[in-house]
Amino acid sequence: MSEIRPLEPIPSPLREQPDFAVPPALAAELDAVIARYPQARSASLMLLHAIQEQFGYISRQAVEWVAARLGLPPLNIYELVTFYPMFHAAPVGKYHLKICRTLSCALGGSHQLHELCCTRLGLDPRQHGPQTTKDGKFTVEFVECLAGCGAAPVMMVNDAFHEGVTPRRAEEILGGCS
Amino acid sequence: MPQEYRQILQHIDQPGYTPALECYLRHGGYAVLRQALALPPRTLPGGQVLSGPEQLRQEVMVSGLRGRGGAGFSCGLKWSFVDRKSGKPIYLICNADESEPGTFKDKQIIYKDPHQMLEGMIIASYANDVHLAFIYIRGEFVEGARILNRALQEARAKGFLGRNILGSGYDLEIHVHRGAGAYICGEETGLIESLEGKRAYPRIKPPYFPAVLGLYQCPTIVNNVETLCAVKHIVARGGAEYARLGTPNNTGTRIVSISGHVRRPGYYEIEVGKVTLGELIHDPAFGGGLREGRQLKAIIPGGSSAKVFKAGETFKLKRRGPDGKESVQEVALLDLPYDFDSLIAAGSMSGSGAIIVLDDSTDIVAALANIADFYAHESCGQCTPCREGSLWMAKALRRLTHGEGRPEDADYLAHIADNIPGGRTICAFGEACAWPVQSFVAKFRDEFIARGAADAKRRAASGRETAAPSGPPHPATAAALAQTPAE
Ligand SMILES: Cc1cc2nc3c(=O)[nH]c(=O)nc-3n(C[C@H](O)[C@H](O)[C@H](O)COP(=O)(O)O)c2cc1C
Ligand code: SF4
Ligand code: FES
Repeated sequence: MSEIRPLEPIPSPLREQPDFAVPPALAAELDAVIARYPQARSASLMLLHAIQEQFGYISRQAVEWVAARLGLPPLNIYELVTFYPMFHAAPVGKYHLKICRTLSCALGGSHQLHELCCTRLGLDPRQHGPQTTKDGKFTVEFVECLAGCGAAPVMMVNDAFHEGVTPRRAEEILGGCS
Repeated sequence: MPQEYRQILQHIDQPGYTPALECYLRHGGYAVLRQALALPPRTLPGGQVLSGPEQLRQEVMVSGLRGRGGAGFSCGLKWSFVDRKSGKPIYLICNADESEPGTFKDKQIIYKDPHQMLEGMIIASYANDVHLAFIYIRGEFVEGARILNRALQEARAKGFLGRNILGSGYDLEIHVHRGAGAYICGEETGLIESLEGKRAYPRIKPPYFPAVLGLYQCPTIVNNVETLCAVKHIVARGGAEYARLGTPNNTGTRIVSISGHVRRPGYYEIEVGKVTLGELIHDPAFGGGLREGRQLKAIIPGGSSAKVFKAGETFKLKRRGPDGKESVQEVALLDLPYDFDSLIAAGSMSGSGAIIVLDDSTDIVAALANIADFYAHESCGQCTPCREGSLWMAKALRRLTHGEGRPEDADYLAHIADNIPGGRTICAFGEACAWPVQSFVAKFRDEFIARGAADAKRRAASGRETAAPSGPPHPATAAALAQTPAE
C-alpha cells in the first residue's frame, strides 16, 4: 500500500507579534501621511518605514495593520516587505552595520572592512547577507553602492554614514557602539 | 589650465554655508523663483501670447539642457511631450534615488543645499502647471529626507510653497517619498510604481510614457536632482546665456563624480565638454593623477552601466575645426572631451557623470565580477533575459574568480550579454547589465581567456579533468545569490 507522505510544513517568513499595537499618536501621524497622496496605497512604503522604525521589524500583525489602514489586501503589503531590501521581517541588531560592497568601495578596501567587522564581532566574514550577533547587539551586512564612492570604503551605522572608514576608524566606530 | 566651474556647487562646502533657509536667503535664494512667478505674458510679433510658464519652458528648451540622471535626454523636449490637453493633473517627480554605482553628486545637493533643489523644483513645477510634486529619495538617505522635510517646512512658512506662492496665485505642494533600498527605483517607471506603493516593476513603453501615462496614469515629469537645479540657473541667466556654458549640444555645467584609483576622488563641477577625460583624472584641480608608480588600466566613464574604456584606446570622431568644417580625427582616450556626444561617439556614455578609474593593480576579472553581482542582485526579475542573464553572468564570473573558470567563459559571457539588450527587456536595466560585460570581455579578452585557461590547467594537473559544467548554470533567485557566501 502506498501512502501519501505530506511534506514538512513551510514556516511563514513573517513573525508573530501578539502584542503589536500602534501608539495613537503615531497612528494619527500616519493618517496625515496617507492624506498627502491622491491614492492611499502610495503611502505604503512610508508606513512600513515608520512601523519598522517603531518596532525594529515588520511582523505579520504589522503587515495586516498597514494593509487595513490603506484598505488593501495584506498581500499588497507583504510583497513590499519581501521586495525592498531595507525592510526586514525579523529584528536586527541594535547597531545595524551596512558596508558597501560595490566597485569603488571594493577598490578602497570594503572587503577588508567587512572582514574586520565580522571577525571582531564573531560573525562569518564569508557570508555577505545580514548576520546578527548572538546578543542581538550587531547586525552586519554587505549592501550595494551607498552614493559615497569618492570616500571609500563607506559604511552606515543605523542612519549615519561613515566615509573613508580605515581599519582604525572602524575600531573606533565599533568601540563607540555601547 | 582646466578648471572647475562651480554653479550648482557654488556655495556647497563653503565654510559657514548651511542647509538652513536663512542661509540660502542670505545668498540670494528664491530670487529666481520670485522673478519666474512675476514673468508677465509676452505677445509675439505674430500676435500669439506666451504665458509666463510657456516662456519658462521655452527658456529651458533654448538652454539645450540635457538630463543629468543618466540618459542625457533634452529636458526641454521631455517637457514638450507632456500631455497638457488630457485635463488630468500633471505631476512632477524629482528623482533623488541616486544609486548608479560611482555616483555621489545628488547627495551633496540634498544634504548641503536643499533649498537650491527646491527652488529648481518649484520653478519647474510652475513652468509645467504642476500643483503636486514629489521627491523620491533613496531609503538610505534617512538624514537627507529629514533635511528635505525641514527645508519644505521652512519654505512653506515663508510662502515659497503652499497656497498662493509669494502672492502669485500659484499653488504647489511638495512631499518627500522614501524608497527602500532597490536600485531599480531609479528607473523612472519603476520609480512611479514604487511611488504608487507597489513593487518597483518598470512599466512597458509604449504605452506607459510618463509624459502621458505616468503617476496615477496622469502626465508626469521625472527629472534628476541636478537637472532641476540647472533649471534654476537657466531661468536666472536666460536660456541662450546658459547655452554659452559648455559646448554646442552639450551645454551648461555638470557635476562629475570621480572615484577609484585617483589621488583626489571627489565631485567636481565642469562646463560640459570643456575638460577632457585625461584632465579629470590627472589634473591637480580634479582627480590629481594615479598613485605613485601606477599606470592607468581602464576607465568606466559614466557609472557602472557605461561601457569600459581601456587605457590607450583611440577613436575616430567627427570634430568641428575652428573654421567650422567637420572632419574625422583620431582622438586618444584621455583627450576625449567629457560630454554627452563625444563619449557616445566613442562607444560608451557619460551616463550619470560618474568616472571610476582602475589602475594596473586591478584584477579586471574581479572588477567585472563585482559589477555583475550588483546587477544580479538588483534586477527586478520581470524579464527573463535580464533576471536569468544577469544571474548567469554573475555565476560565471564567480567561477572565474574562484579557480573554476574555463577558457571558453569569455565567449560564454559575451553570448549571454549579447542576448539581453536590444528590445528584449522592459527597461534599460537590460542594457545596463549587459554593457559592462560586453565591453570588459571584448577589451580585456586575453585576461579572461588566460584566467579560464589557467584554471583548466590546474584542474587537469590535479586530475579533475572535467571542468565546471558547460551551458547555463542552474537558475536561482537573486536573493539566494546575495545570501550565498562566495566560495
Ligand atoms: C536602471 C536604471 C537606473 C536609474 N537610476 C537613476 C537614478 O538613480 N537617478 C536618476 O536621476 N536617474 C536614474 N535613471 C534614469 C531615469 O530613468 C530617468 O531617465 C531620469 O531620472 C530622468 O531625469 P533627467 O532627464 O533629469 O536625467 C535610471 C535609469 C535606469 C534604466
Ligand atoms: S530589464 Fe530587468 S530590471 Fe528592467 S524590468 Fe526587466 S527584469 Fe526588471
Ligand atoms: S561604491 Fe561604495 S558608496 Fe558607491
